[in-house]
Amino acid sequence: MAALINVPAKAKRGDVIEIRTLTSHIMETGFRHTADGKLVPRDIITSFTCRYNGTEIFRADLFPAIAANPYLSFFTVAKESGKFEFEWSGDNGYSSTASASITVE
Amino acid sequence: MNAPVTRRNAVLGIAVAATSLALPSILHAQSAGRIIVVGGGFGGAACARALKRTDAKLQVTLIEPNQLFTACPFSNEVIAGLRDIEVQHFGYDRLAAEDITVVAQAATRIEPQQRSVTTADGVTLGYDRLVLSPGIDFHAEALPGYDDAASEKMPHAWKAGAQTLLLRKQLEAMAEGGTVAIAIPANPSRCPPAPYERASLIAHYLKTKKPRSKVLVLDAKDNFSQQRLFEQAWKELYGDMIERISLSQGGRVTSVDPATRTIITEFGNYTPDVANVIPPQRAGRIAEIAGAADHTGWCPIDPVTFESKLVPNIHVIGDACLGGGIPKSAAAASAQAKACASAIIGLLAGRTPEAPRLTGVCYNTVAPGYGFSLAGNYQSRGDIFAEVEGGTTSPVDAPRELRAREAAEAERWFQTITADTFG
Repeated sequence: MAALINVPAKAKRGDVIEIRTLTSHIMETGFRHTADGKLVPRDIITSFTCRYNGTEIFRADLFPAIAANPYLSFFTVAKESGKFEFEWSGDNGYSSTASASITVE
Repeated sequence: MNAPVTRRNAVLGIAVAATSLALPSILHAQSAGRIIVVGGGFGGAACARALKRTDAKLQVTLIEPNQLFTACPFSNEVIAGLRDIEVQHFGYDRLAAEDITVVAQAATRIEPQQRSVTTADGVTLGYDRLVLSPGIDFHAEALPGYDDAASEKMPHAWKAGAQTLLLRKQLEAMAEGGTVAIAIPANPSRCPPAPYERASLIAHYLKTKKPRSKVLVLDAKDNFSQQRLFEQAWKELYGDMIERISLSQGGRVTSVDPATRTIITEFGNYTPDVANVIPPQRAGRIAEIAGAADHTGWCPIDPVTFESKLVPNIHVIGDACLGGGIPKSAAAASAQAKACASAIIGLLAGRTPEAPRLTGVCYNTVAPGYGFSLAGNYQSRGDIFAEVEGGTTSPVDAPRELRAREAAEAERWFQTITADTFG
């Protein structure tokens, strides 16, 4: 499943808007063992960034204690029409991107 | 101005303390006590009965505003048009005949210090021990847009009765090819597998009457009780008629707009033809009035005696209590009711009650003649109940004869528990 993004399609200039993201990922901690005693290797997302028309407005580092399918919600000020770009990266070269547009009036 | 009040309170306090110290010996001598039970469902009615049957000298009063109780188990079959609601109705005549005082009023105030309950008609009754079995109420703040008026357009049908019939009527009125959405809250909530049973039985109704229609499940959970059994049955019986959007697929409902019948989730809006919105829940309102509910909205209890952790001499059973691993079901409420009755009789006699071992069973019918079940054993561990060994769930791979047998067993279970509680 691709990432889920919720950005308001329209906003007034200066409005505080909420952005929600959810991406599917197992977030394997690296602390668990299989039934036969083998360590399950760590496989997590380590970093998330959001850019608004190219400028980074939000960044988060993720750690093993974060549950599967990380859900992040944060706020920003609607300044201009354009594009939000989201990027998740992590273990084993994991990388995933998504984007959403906004019209600011 | 304050001083005399304080002094008076202090004097009153001493008087109350003296009375409560004297109470156990008086009770012991008379081998009687005044018990009030608030709420006449599977918990309250069973508890009142168990108290009176164990000790006929007890004065047991059951306060319940409804003359007729509408049972929730099997009400999903009423919604799907497979059962008449009259079969779900039970009265309190048998309880009254057993010398339980049945007061057909709503309890509106509880004074734990005075040990009294006041009913809507203004009558105040005193108790030695109070049992609250108020079931659930809805958490209005937890689902913006959903209030009593909204429930007339987007029925919850999570308290059986008029709401059950309203949802049925909406299904019957829906055009062929429509979508029925079911919004499911996170746990803890009443009867955790029941929303999935409902999705199944609504799919059965649609398959029979409006086969191009769909069921859309918007779920605030990723995993649910007996999930593999349900999902297998859905595939087997209904193909792709039921679509479920789980929590991690954005299924959690955050608000509703009854004017446009819109369900808003974290990541999308849905405008189904029929919207069955099951809102987040908490203990019945009277528990909060009594001061027995905490910030979670539920009632923390001592799992040995069911006595509230927050107010003395008040016991909470059934859906309203914070039970931990024990589900909020009719079977669990009934088991708790009996254990609570026995603990109260022990406490009145000055004995230390033993930790109960409770059994709960839950049947799900996903189509006529297709049922499965989960039976669990529960024991107190710390402040809650934990599931212990000995539980069983129906096998995932089983012949249809077993499903048919379990569907018949489910009906017998209903006959037994309702006879035990009301009959």
